[in-house]
Amino acid sequence: MENTERLILSSAPHLRGRTSIARDMYLVVLALFLPTIGAVYFFGLYVLLMIVVGVASSVLTEYVAKRMRRKPFYMDGSAVVTGLLFVLILPPRTPLWIVVVGSIFSIAIVKEAFGGLGFNIFNPALAGRAFVSVSFAGSLGRWIAPTTSWLADAVTTPTPLSEGFATTLTNPELYKALFFGNVAGSTGETSVLLILLGGALLLAFGIIKWHIPVFYVATVFLLSWAMGQDPIFHILAGGLMLGAFFMATDYVTGPLTTRGRIIFAVAAGVLVVLIRVLGNMPEGVNYSILIMNAFTPLIDRYVRPRPYGLVKSKGRG
Amino acid sequence: MKLDLLEVLGVRRAEGVHPPGRKLASEAAIERAPLPERVLLPICQHIGAPAKPVVKAGDHVDVGQLIAESGGGCSAPIHASISGEVKTSTTVIGPTNGLPVEAIVIEGDGQDSWVDLSPADPDSLSREDMLKRIAEAGIVGLGGAAFPTQVKLDRPPDSPVHTLLINGAECEPYITSDDRLMLEQPDRIVAGIRILMRLLSVDRAHVGIEDNKPRAVETIRQAVAQAGLPGEVNVVAVHAKYPMGAEKTLIKAILGVEVPEGGFPTDIGIVVQNVATLAAIADAVADGRPLVERVVTIAGLVARPKNLVSRFGTPASLLIDHCGGAVDNADIVIFGGPMMGVAQASADASLVKSTNCVLVEKADVRTERSCIRCGRCIGCCPMGLMPLMYVNLVKKSMIEDLADYHLMTCVECGACSFDCPANIPIVSYIKVGKTRLRQLAVSN
Repeated sequence: MENTERLILSSAPHLRGRTSIARDMYLVVLALFLPTIGAVYFFGLYVLLMIVVGVASSVLTEYVAKRMRRKPFYMDGSAVVTGLLFVLILPPRTPLWIVVVGSIFSIAIVKEAFGGLGFNIFNPALAGRAFVSVSFAGSLGRWIAPTTSWLADAVTTPTPLSEGFATTLTNPELYKALFFGNVAGSTGETSVLLILLGGALLLAFGIIKWHIPVFYVATVFLLSWAMGQDPIFHILAGGLMLGAFFMATDYVTGPLTTRGRIIFAVAAGVLVVLIRVLGNMPEGVNYSILIMNAFTPLIDRYVRPRPYGLVKSKGRG
Repeated sequence: MKLDLLEVLGVRRAEGVHPPGRKLASEAAIERAPLPERVLLPICQHIGAPAKPVVKAGDHVDVGQLIAESGGGCSAPIHASISGEVKTSTTVIGPTNGLPVEAIVIEGDGQDSWVDLSPADPDSLSREDMLKRIAEAGIVGLGGAAFPTQVKLDRPPDSPVHTLLINGAECEPYITSDDRLMLEQPDRIVAGIRILMRLLSVDRAHVGIEDNKPRAVETIRQAVAQAGLPGEVNVVAVHAKYPMGAEKTLIKAILGVEVPEGGFPTDIGIVVQNVATLAAIADAVADGRPLVERVVTIAGLVARPKNLVSRFGTPASLLIDHCGGAVDNADIVIFGGPMMGVAQASADASLVKSTNCVLVEKADVRTERSCIRCGRCIGCCPMGLMPLMYVNLVKKSMIEDLADYHLMTCVECGACSFDCPANIPIVSYIKVGKTRLRQLAVSN
């Protein structure tokens, strides 16, 4: 054969699957397009502006942080996912400067300060959301009703989970509104239908497994029912579905094993109901996942697969 | 490719991956490779002690003549693979481990004259005679591991063997040498089964073949049915999944048991032999023929992929040229399959006993990124391990902790690296970790 002197000496395996971080991330972005379209449809073009600003400031922050840390910058899509998710869990009329500050916090502090993608303990979008809620509570309290004319000035209204929420709708009508997303709430969280379709894409592409969303939602359903609440309302309202498919399933901040992921999901589900029913915050999805993020290293330490051929009586090998 | 419903639903871990089959040479009938003009025979082509040369420069040797004798209890002799004159020995890069090793050089005379073989009726030989003939023929596991066969078969009376497992899974992409052997020479394989069943006094044997080779399953089934073997022999079509051909995976798939950690299949009464090894055993016991050649698949970016009976010590380049040469700017030559094979520094590297494939490819070099903890490596590990932990612990030099994660259970199949979206060469980290863990055990 020709060029016998210039052979490559790579190590096995020499065959790699068609997989990459960028592929995973951009498939998540693709799946997020559905709730994103819903967000713009329900809350107007201003949300599109928020998304552009959020994604751009996330990517830019990552670029600057990588330069400062003298690490290579890859356009692997992870900053796009963070920026997009962050905007999708903000109220629809969040001032743009808050979008920028929150995105910078998510990427620079929550992600890059811990070592970048793969090393962050907390989900950057959720931690960024928690940061802006406590820092700028006054500017974030304004929830608006879904609007049909895209550029119209919006009407302030409580979300279904807020204390002042009152409705003339019958239960089936309320469920229908929650399912299709025609209610007040964070930009991307209101339409259960679109989130389920996006989640189905993630499942179909093999990006996520079903365990976390199913156990998370089922736990909320069963526990809220056991506590005398309306379980259907609890799984349809708020950010539960978006959290279940797009945030509790974050690879980096969740457990590694299937059993660990089930423990994570069930515990997070319990936290959601406790915060919603007993806590003094209307919504608990954000904190339920952040709290379980903190428990992830502990879960991974104790929940491990059983190695082939492990002889139990021998103890640690 | 058949998908397992429970795996797809994520109820059960996948315990393996599904690389593309790429069995390019599966229709190419076995042919004889051209005789090389010169062979380089490394004195260690097996796991264990190197063989000791018994010839010197200037000696004339015939094919099958002993040129290096067994170097100890776990070792195997080496025989001349062509007839000709022994030259001054040289040092080559070991084709299986990259370490320098002495190689005996034979300059061929083109005569291909053989030593006199001593055939025998296998049924009249005693267990000891059979073991002796296998040991003297220099037979090692031809599936890739190259463990001296007589060591595996010579069981002390207090550890009886109850089951013979024959490995025809051939799960690596590209490789078709075992497939073609099963299709074209099932009688040699069945003769090997008969010999081993007698030698081990077992009345139960299973042949495991991946279900992507239905013709091989059918051929072996018929051959077994017609042979009237002394006992029950099942031919099992196992799920085509990498690494089904790994000994421990195959045992679990067919017999539903696991080899205890740190142990060998013989510890639980099972002996596993590859189909090509069985054919070689039949040749050795019945014909007295030493192991000097084997079927090698030449595949990948060559003009005409083939399965060639090739003498050991043949330079790979001769076989590649016989297949029409490399095409499409191929830049990597691998001995073995793409998942576990070893990249060679030169296309002139010599075939050894464990070389079941010469794979010519374009290298797929990717940039290593940070682990994103997706957990795919855990899901696909056939041994139930957490491969990403080895990467973390080796990077941090936390060597003692590697044992807590059962590092030594790893068979280095490479399924984890295959599925890694961060392109982490996990197996390379594992090899470093194993070496350092062994050093730690020695220093303690």
